[in-house]
Amino acid sequence: MSRIKNAFKARKALITFIMAGDPSLAATEKAVNELEKGGADIIEIGIPFSDSVADGPVIVNAAQRAIKKGVSAKDCIKLVSRLRKKTDIPIVFMTSYNIPFFYGAEKFLKDCSKAGVNGLILPDLPFEEAKAFSSSAKNKGIDLIFLIAPNTPDARAKKLAALSHGFIYLISLTGVTGIRTSLSSSIGESVKRIRRFSSKPIAVGFGISNADQAASAAKYADGVIVGSAIVRLISAKNPVWKFVLGLKKSISKSIYID
Amino acid sequence: MKYEQPDDHGYFGEFGGAFVPETLVPCVDELKAAYFEAKKDKKFRSELEYYLKNFAGRATALYFAEKLSKEYGFKIYLKREDLCHTGAHKINNCIGQILLAKRMGKKRIIAETGAGQHGVATATVAALFGLKCVVYMGSDDIKRQALNVFRMNLFGTEVRSVDTGSKTLKEAVNEAMRDWMANVKDTFYIIGSCIGPHPYPVMVRDFQSVIGYETKKQIKDIEGRLPGTVLACVGGGSNSIGMFYPFIDDGKVNLIGVEAGGRGIRSGMHSAAIAGGRPGVLHGSLSRVMQTKDGQISLTHSVSAGLDYPGVGPEHSYLNKIGRVKYVTVNDGQAVEAFHMLSEKEGIIPALESSHAIAYLKMLRGRLSKKDIVAVCLSGRGDKDLDIVRDFKN
Repeated sequence: MSRIKNAFKARKALITFIMAGDPSLAATEKAVNELEKGGADIIEIGIPFSDSVADGPVIVNAAQRAIKKGVSAKDCIKLVSRLRKKTDIPIVFMTSYNIPFFYGAEKFLKDCSKAGVNGLILPDLPFEEAKAFSSSAKNKGIDLIFLIAPNTPDARAKKLAALSHGFIYLISLTGVTGIRTSLSSSIGESVKRIRRFSSKPIAVGFGISNADQAASAAKYADGVIVGSAIVRLISAKNPVWKFVLGLKKSISKSIYID
Repeated sequence: MKYEQPDDHGYFGEFGGAFVPETLVPCVDELKAAYFEAKKDKKFRSELEYYLKNFAGRATALYFAEKLSKEYGFKIYLKREDLCHTGAHKINNCIGQILLAKRMGKKRIIAETGAGQHGVATATVAALFGLKCVVYMGSDDIKRQALNVFRMNLFGTEVRSVDTGSKTLKEAVNEAMRDWMANVKDTFYIIGSCIGPHPYPVMVRDFQSVIGYETKKQIKDIEGRLPGTVLACVGGGSNSIGMFYPFIDDGKVNLIGVEAGGRGIRSGMHSAAIAGGRPGVLHGSLSRVMQTKDGQISLTHSVSAGLDYPGVGPEHSYLNKIGRVKYVTVNDGQAVEAFHMLSEKEGIIPALESSHAIAYLKMLRGRLSKKDIVAVCLSGRGDKDLDIVRDFKN
């Protein structure tokens, strides 16, 4: 079983996103430890890209700051190598497809694998464009995680669920990443829909930014992904572990609703 | 062999495709189905023809530039897209896409704009068909093009300022795509160039190819033969692909695309994705893109806002690769010089974008004979650029 899939065993997984290099690579390195201490089960690290269409202002601005500091894909891979000396927590890279494409897809996957990256999320790479990339990732033991949106038709969702490794990333709403005042009311239905054709773990993300929202999502899903709220704390150089602990506590209390 | 691009997945050779977030996949699929169905529908085509003729003012003239021809020593014809309603070729594509939006039952239009030409054309057709319209525009461009913002407002369009990154066209496209992700059901995104995910590059090419088809017919009527050379400027590349496409199978016609060389390719301050870019994925397709050493999209520069974009349509990357179109660059200074020259010699003020194509005529001097015909796409009028040209210092 992959290290990522394992994180869903016997518990609801808390998946936390941070942007590499914002405010600095050293801060990111430290933040991973803090997130783990707070109870994160999987760490998503964003490799900054200048034009990430799927992201809202918090993550876009964090990426812009990191790029200004000169943070590259190579730096992010090195960061994971350093982290691997300290922690076994599953680490997933999230970025736009141009980053691995520019780096050289094959070399990127090889270097990620060597550094100890466990999974990869590329929101702008639909499976139709991912054939070679997907099999290469598989060969190198990297879980390529696909996203399913609320408006994804059933036939396509079924394919995505079958192709996704590690877990299925269910997008809670039609829109970009970011903080929302209320949680989409259709999460329960969306999760149920995927359950009909897949037994893989389902994690819900986009728009989940506090403990209450995380708890509601965890009633249905196997994992909850929190990004912008954490990025905002870290960008402002605020301690993050207490916030993560709150998230963790709230989702642990959630009982599955069918 | 007959030129048949793209394939079913929107690939022109290795370039193109549809690299969009999952939320946009159903939108792009819906658009694809609707477009290819409409393309076959006689009613849609006759409606398109009706508005192109009666609203946009087509066909545009193919004008023999007599004085310029005499001076340069070969026959120069100008395809007068500057005479289109709203002052540029952009309207051809906007009419096509809004008719499609209407057909699909969409209620809301969004678009991006750089200098404001595509924004104005979109606002115009939105007013014509009574659809709600939002145009995204970089905050720097809003400052530079205040008059175009006012123009869009006159049509009832809301202009939303984009304050991220370079605060120009590239960011405006990002924001429009983000808007589309949040409004997948009722919104139609009218992209202004032959960029973006499949089917946009082929759809925009088809809507703009009226330029080349008319040119071909007109030059045959006037001269009884095809031109030896066809010239057009290339930013994203919509006027040029529209001009070139009908000539691709005519192997003897030299096609030349003129990119914005800015302050020179070596300076890095340019917008020439073919000359100075490399393959990359931006705004939904794989094409040549200007990138930094880390694969970030570069900031670009051109005196012409309409060419100031780091990417280029995937079909241009393909035509470059197979060598069917030759791509060259013209610098800011040369373009401004051509702007003055055409105004003085022919009484036509060209857009700074089109001035790049005009400027290249000078490079053909001495290489062509009196009988040779060159057709240039004069993609837009230059009134919008008067301030920039007046203040320009090389």
